[in-house]
Amino acid sequence: MFTAPIAELAPALASKRLSSVELTTALFDRIDALNPRLNAFLARDRKRALGAARAADARLAAGNASPLTGIPIAHKDVLMTAGWKTTCGSRMLENFVAPYSAFVVERLADAGMVLVGKTNMDEFAMGSSSETSYFGPVKNPWNVDYVPGGSSGGSSAVVAARLVPAATGTDTGGSIRQPAALSGVCGLKPTYGVCSRYGLIAFASSLDTPGPFAQTAEDCALLLNAMAGHDPRDSTSVDRPREDYARLLRAPGGAKPLAGVRIGLPKEYFGEGVDTDVAAAVDAALGEFRKLGATTVEVTLPNLDLSVPVYYVIASAEASSNLARFDGVRYGHRAAKYDDLTDMYKKTRAEGFGAEVKRRILIGTYVLSHGYYDAYYLKAQQVRRLIAEGFQHAYQQCDLILGPTAPTAAFKLGAKTSDPVQMYLNDIFTVAGNLTGAPAISIPCGFDRNGLPIGLQLQGNHFRESVILNAAHRYQQATDWQRREPADIALETAR
Amino acid sequence: MSWEVVIGLETHTQLSTRSKIFSGASTAFGAPPNTQASAVDIALPGVLPVLNRGAVERAIRFGLAVGGTINKRSVFARKNYFYPDLPKGYQISQYEIPVVQGGSITITTNGGVKTVRLTRAHLEEDAGKSLHEGLSQAASAMTGIDLNRAGTPLLEIVSEPDMRSAEEAIAYAKTLHTLVRWIGICDGNMQEGNFRCDANVSVRNAGDTKLGTRCEIKNVNSFRFLQHAIEFEVRRQIQLVEDGGTVEQETRLYDPDRDETRSMRTKEDAQDYRYFPDPDLPPLVIDEAWIERVKADLPELPVAMKARFEKEYLFFPEDATALTSTRATADYFQQTLAELAGIPNIPYLLQSPDVANAKSVANWVINELGAFLNNHQTDIENSPVSPAQLAQLIAHTGPFKGTISHKVAKDVLAAMWAGECGGDADAIIVARGLKQISDAGAIGKIVDDVIAANAPIVAEYKAGKEKAFNALVGKVMAATKGKANPSQVNAILRQKLSSS
Repeated sequence: MFTAPIAELAPALASKRLSSVELTTALFDRIDALNPRLNAFLARDRKRALGAARAADARLAAGNASPLTGIPIAHKDVLMTAGWKTTCGSRMLENFVAPYSAFVVERLADAGMVLVGKTNMDEFAMGSSSETSYFGPVKNPWNVDYVPGGSSGGSSAVVAARLVPAATGTDTGGSIRQPAALSGVCGLKPTYGVCSRYGLIAFASSLDTPGPFAQTAEDCALLLNAMAGHDPRDSTSVDRPREDYARLLRAPGGAKPLAGVRIGLPKEYFGEGVDTDVAAAVDAALGEFRKLGATTVEVTLPNLDLSVPVYYVIASAEASSNLARFDGVRYGHRAAKYDDLTDMYKKTRAEGFGAEVKRRILIGTYVLSHGYYDAYYLKAQQVRRLIAEGFQHAYQQCDLILGPTAPTAAFKLGAKTSDPVQMYLNDIFTVAGNLTGAPAISIPCGFDRNGLPIGLQLQGNHFRESVILNAAHRYQQATDWQRREPADIALETAR
Repeated sequence: MSWEVVIGLETHTQLSTRSKIFSGASTAFGAPPNTQASAVDIALPGVLPVLNRGAVERAIRFGLAVGGTINKRSVFARKNYFYPDLPKGYQISQYEIPVVQGGSITITTNGGVKTVRLTRAHLEEDAGKSLHEGLSQAASAMTGIDLNRAGTPLLEIVSEPDMRSAEEAIAYAKTLHTLVRWIGICDGNMQEGNFRCDANVSVRNAGDTKLGTRCEIKNVNSFRFLQHAIEFEVRRQIQLVEDGGTVEQETRLYDPDRDETRSMRTKEDAQDYRYFPDPDLPPLVIDEAWIERVKADLPELPVAMKARFEKEYLFFPEDATALTSTRATADYFQQTLAELAGIPNIPYLLQSPDVANAKSVANWVINELGAFLNNHQTDIENSPVSPAQLAQLIAHTGPFKGTISHKVAKDVLAAMWAGECGGDADAIIVARGLKQISDAGAIGKIVDDVIAANAPIVAEYKAGKEKAFNALVGKVMAATKGKANPSQVNAILRQKLSSS
């Protein structure tokens, strides 16, 4: 019962068959037992969580609860959380306690969710394996020799291990969808601007997108309902009428619930470099979608091969500027000894940042430099526009674009840490969604030869979250990949 | 060989919004350090800038006032560099596309009237301040950071290199200073750093069309220092070239204590600011309706008002300039004029009431009230005498009711300034018994007494000594304690002397 999805826990809480205190206590016992092997939590606080759980129970009793009241959640440590250490997985913020909360953190707290802790991540969200954290790598709950994906690997792992039913993440180039795929859970990247970035410690401002992790698409819809909304503190937040992202999911389905839905299949997603097990699982999923009434059409996404280089130019350029504030002057790490101001900057940043963060700052500084700006940054922005135009063209022929979330299932810890380009290519199918700003979800669709989960990505045009969520939900009603759980025994063996 | 001096100015004007350009923190000057720095201003992780529309509106107002183009779409960029008083590690500033392009400022110098073209005016945020003094003993070797100023909105106004002397540069700076205060976009307090000038100075042989290598003199915050800095720099560059050297492009600081400029950094040390559009801020879009609203709100500008004063009131240019030196002076003058015109039953001695009133009011505002303001080191907006009160006083003077003489009127103004009788001129005149004696019978009787008592002087007058007449007038005035109407005294005395 305690490891059920939100859609099952909520009625139990509402009908008092289960209290939030019971649920939170049970999950904390699991966390205490399993987290040491996963290293998925950076901070957790049972006492504070139980306080929130009691408040949630009172609210449930008073009858003014939301569909999320009393449900435990964990936040990626990139989100400012008032009174909690918020480290971004970096030595730079090792002892930094956030004085305010991010918009999405506030919204989920307002909904009555019970915050249990902060999750581990790639340092400053830079990475695809959750190995660049200053606090050690996160392990994949399906096999602790493998990475959970990244950068939100702590969040995907805690949901996969059923330590919490929900977690937040942020997606800059795939950092929600890729770990969701590699950890075998659902992860939604909403349209850029739907969830405010206020309080999200910026990596790449034009790409950063907060979103939910959960076991099911339906749960993601419930979470998005709370997380979405206009925020005047973020000038890129969109001001649209409130939307119920779960409304299509409640409509009666019938035998062909996806009749009329056109699924685009870009040949670019089914070519070389995609693992055969991944390709087979995606093919099988496609068969299910056809059974559900969807039609398929081949589309092309020109310039998609350029999306990774374009992404690394733009994201690194923005990061080099966004991370300048970590200078040792006002907060965060400062070198103990230094000769003068310049020396203080150098030592502070040399000590405070890890190798991957430094690499990105160097790339970003380079591409913005005088004499290189036009060839790199400006050109990347032009190609970004071309890629977006390619997607718009494709969406004239289809409602959704389907493909694998990542070219392979999870890889072993350390396998790609010495080859950044191989690591970056993990994002090949996900980065375009950030470059265009359009929404996408990753849902489990099978396992590879090693028993590691495979993710299916469904992309839609801007603000078509409900269409994406509905398609994913109908697929999950017809299949049961999302119900598979990593055997605790697997974790046990690795001890 | 004759040298030509070429000067362009970049002026940082702090815009008079109550809150900062990207945060809700107050912009008030003088608060204890770091008490007006919000999470955005100190650049906590995760915070984002939100543009203050009041700053944009002031930029539009400026663009309209100088006849520039308001860009319908302008872009905020990040200027990246590390400094402790720059919390984000970058300054948000408009770079490629500024909010205002073009426009001009008309200046007047001894050389005549000249138009200085503007390149652009762009919005940006001010940095904080590094404090090297006033720290506690324990922290004496440290540098303090005050972020109260960080995020204060600035409009950087960039001129073309159109000025040819320090005099023109100062005239430009002063005209610009008047204008930004006039249109209410900047408080213009130079001690508080509201208005700071950088001067780009170069020299070339007269007749050359190519500009010489320029040096930029940074952050001069008084007109006098600006003049000295430019004059020093011109001398330095000419000397350098005449001695066979070349001017290096560099940034220099003016040291007022030693009255010289010193090299701060050369071109080689120039930083690469790695400008790029700020992804946190969408492009600034200004629609025609907004521009029209601001236009409708724009006051009559000083140049236009000066011309109008000269035409309508037949003022000399000096008086028109003085009355339009600040918006407050112009407002005070116009209010006093309106009040005076509203006082009933004033006889006019001149043909055009407008011209008569204006001439009197101008005299009282510029000279008489001006003297008090000057002596008390205060601005006209803080004058204890209101325009209505001054008009009341002026109505009593010679050209109008003639109740009191000009000399007495000045004494009454002093009493008004001191707050006597609540500053009410009528009340002061009554209380002090200053009302002029205009009764011919009363004056005649005093004249008779004076003639009788001063036979020797009367004899001198009759012997043809005109000076003796003045002495007799003085005797009459003294006898009336200055209250007798002087022209009446003159007429009656002459008449009585000729008939006696």
